[in-house]
Amino acid sequence: MAYTKRFDSRKFDELRPISAKVGVIPNADGSAMFKIGKTTAYAAVYGPRDLHPKFLQNPSTGILRISYNMMPFSGHGERVRPGASRRSREIAMVTQNALLPVLDLTPYPNSVVDIFIELPQTDAGTRCAGISAAAMALADAGLEMKDLVSAVAVGRVGGTLLADLNYEEEAYKEGSTDIPVAILPNSGKVTLLQMDGFIKQEELKKVLELAKKKCEEIYEVQKKALKEKFKVQK
Amino acid sequence: MKDSLKQKLIEYYKKGLRFDGRKLDEYRKIELKTGVTASAEGSARVKIGKTDLIVGVKMAIEQPYPDTPDKGNLMVNAELMPLSSEQFEPGPPGEEAIELARVVDRGIRESETIDTTKLCIIPGEKVWSIMIDICTINADGNLLDAAALGTIAALKDAKFPKLNKDNTVNYEEKTNKGLPLTNEPIEVTVLKIGDFLIVDPLPQEEKAFDARLTVAVAKDGQLCALQKGGTKPLTIEELDEMVTLAKQKSTMLRKKLQ
Amino acid sequence: MKETILVKDKDIVVPGETVAQGMSFLPGRGLYRKDEKIIAQKLGMINVEGKVIKLIPLSGKYIPRVNDNVVAQVIDVLMTGWRVDINSAYSAMLTMKDATSEFIPRGADLTQYFSVGDFIVCKIVNVTSQKLVDVSMKGPGLRKLTGGRIIKVNSHKVPRVIGKEGSMVTLIKQNTGCNITIGQNGLVWIKGEPEGEIKAVQAIRLVEELAHTSGLTDRISEFFNKQGKTKKAVKGGEK
Repeated sequence: MAYTKRFDSRKFDELRPISAKVGVIPNADGSAMFKIGKTTAYAAVYGPRDLHPKFLQNPSTGILRISYNMMPFSGHGERVRPGASRRSREIAMVTQNALLPVLDLTPYPNSVVDIFIELPQTDAGTRCAGISAAAMALADAGLEMKDLVSAVAVGRVGGTLLADLNYEEEAYKEGSTDIPVAILPNSGKVTLLQMDGFIKQEELKKVLELAKKKCEEIYEVQKKALKEKFKVQK
Repeated sequence: MKDSLKQKLIEYYKKGLRFDGRKLDEYRKIELKTGVTASAEGSARVKIGKTDLIVGVKMAIEQPYPDTPDKGNLMVNAELMPLSSEQFEPGPPGEEAIELARVVDRGIRESETIDTTKLCIIPGEKVWSIMIDICTINADGNLLDAAALGTIAALKDAKFPKLNKDNTVNYEEKTNKGLPLTNEPIEVTVLKIGDFLIVDPLPQEEKAFDARLTVAVAKDGQLCALQKGGTKPLTIEELDEMVTLAKQKSTMLRKKLQ
Repeated sequence: MKETILVKDKDIVVPGETVAQGMSFLPGRGLYRKDEKIIAQKLGMINVEGKVIKLIPLSGKYIPRVNDNVVAQVIDVLMTGWRVDINSAYSAMLTMKDATSEFIPRGADLTQYFSVGDFIVCKIVNVTSQKLVDVSMKGPGLRKLTGGRIIKVNSHKVPRVIGKEGSMVTLIKQNTGCNITIGQNGLVWIKGEPEGEIKAVQAIRLVEELAHTSGLTDRISEFFNKQGKTKKAVKGGEK
């Protein structure tokens, strides 16, 4: 059956409501919260800082280390036992690859920039929310970046191309293709691309263009949150 | 190093002041919100000053423990997340996290905060398990009191999910039924530094204290859990003084649950 | 290509934002040129002076610079000196010969001079490409700090805490009766009576929060005037 009306009545290219805030974790060198629909991600940046154990140190550049975790009560359904899983480790890795292209850590040899991403509530699009939060946190931490990074999950559900799949759409029994994408907003280049499911090549191109457009919207929210921090309350 | 910090703190306490200008028996600003995470059956977010944490309650149907076949299960877990402080390392819970979880657990388990006999579905086979997870967002001292307050708030906020006919859980739908709570213990931690008693410690005070007493106070004013921390011994008078202060503060904290 | 500036002086920009177009503009640190565009590399405040566009960072860890006077904490006592924490990704080394103008004999107990936990004011004398940092205590004002309290402010806000020709820190000293030493690395030492120290900390936190605004000296003067009128030192406390 074709998917002609979205479960939450959104338009096919419409994002869920987004909110973002920067500097939410005072202890961190940089931090941010990014919320899209019910999916909420916190990111904290600590660094550049000392790196232990020593054998991990790289004398020609600082390294980026990502940790991604969903809180035990954050998922749809049962409690998730805390601790790293294969899934969270893979997400950490692709997140790292999504963020590294904008960073230059060569001024910080032998050190590490740690990013911790935690989600208290999830409703699909989690790795994308994590990346959008992490990019803001990196900027908040005063690191040099060529650009921010914005991310959104696009895909094909019941034959229809759409943006920002929620949990129900991801789980759609009659066929759901989930495509998380991260884009550098000022160049339009892609730094994260994954896909689960089926899609035709022409559809892929279309849906990536959709992702690019939606990332521009997300970028506006990220920019605003970063600048908001410096608005003075009288 | 610890000595010079302690000396400095005592210099302040002699003037009735803390490093942030508070009085010795004063808490920082407390914020409490419930229902902060839609995916949990119950949740709360607590901020005390800059300390910020989330408590989530999840429920599941499990087998009862063999020695309590007609009672539900209760579990408290705490994560001192590296996200919340450069002092916390990634990995399984260390001593501090375990103590935090166990002290919160002690406060609610022994006080029978939840009537676990009402959590029984089929004796010996199926009972409700209540799983409480404490996750820190920003650690700036006094995680214990914040965690305990958040736990009670989250338990009060919790609603049973719907049960399917085959006694499996339908997490997508919540009932209107809350947990069978008989008590709402409030935990207050009192620290002794030199000759002075303080509440709601800052991280520096947590580094320099001599002894610490966490007291759980039930709704009717009875004490329902105690935990002494720190290496200095305490006289009975001192313990009694700390309990008095804890009881006094618990009244103030209890109002936050309304 | 038309020469255009897309931002105003004191605007806040984010990484990747284009601030100007045209070949006549000169990008300062924190900005780079890509073809005709000048692009921001960091979160910060724009400063426009004619054709020169600068970016003033408002956050970020301290990067050790030669000749900076910093407040450091001793973290280890070694055979030939001490390792100190300078509040950056890199620790620094203070060798025996740079510790004092006195002669320290070989094999002397170095904890007699500085032990773990001590705070010192020292100068950065060398930073290698591998970010090995050396500090020295030889020089005016360089000394061990005793008593008082240490707070951390973001190192990028230090110029505002000091003020033009020291005007801000002098204002705070006068209104609190405290001795204050500010390290370029963001560590600030405050010594006075507890009430004075608390006021000084609050004033410095206010400067930090409003660092990117103008009229700061007036705001801080106002803060001290209000303090004189009320006894309550902290807002939002719960009894």
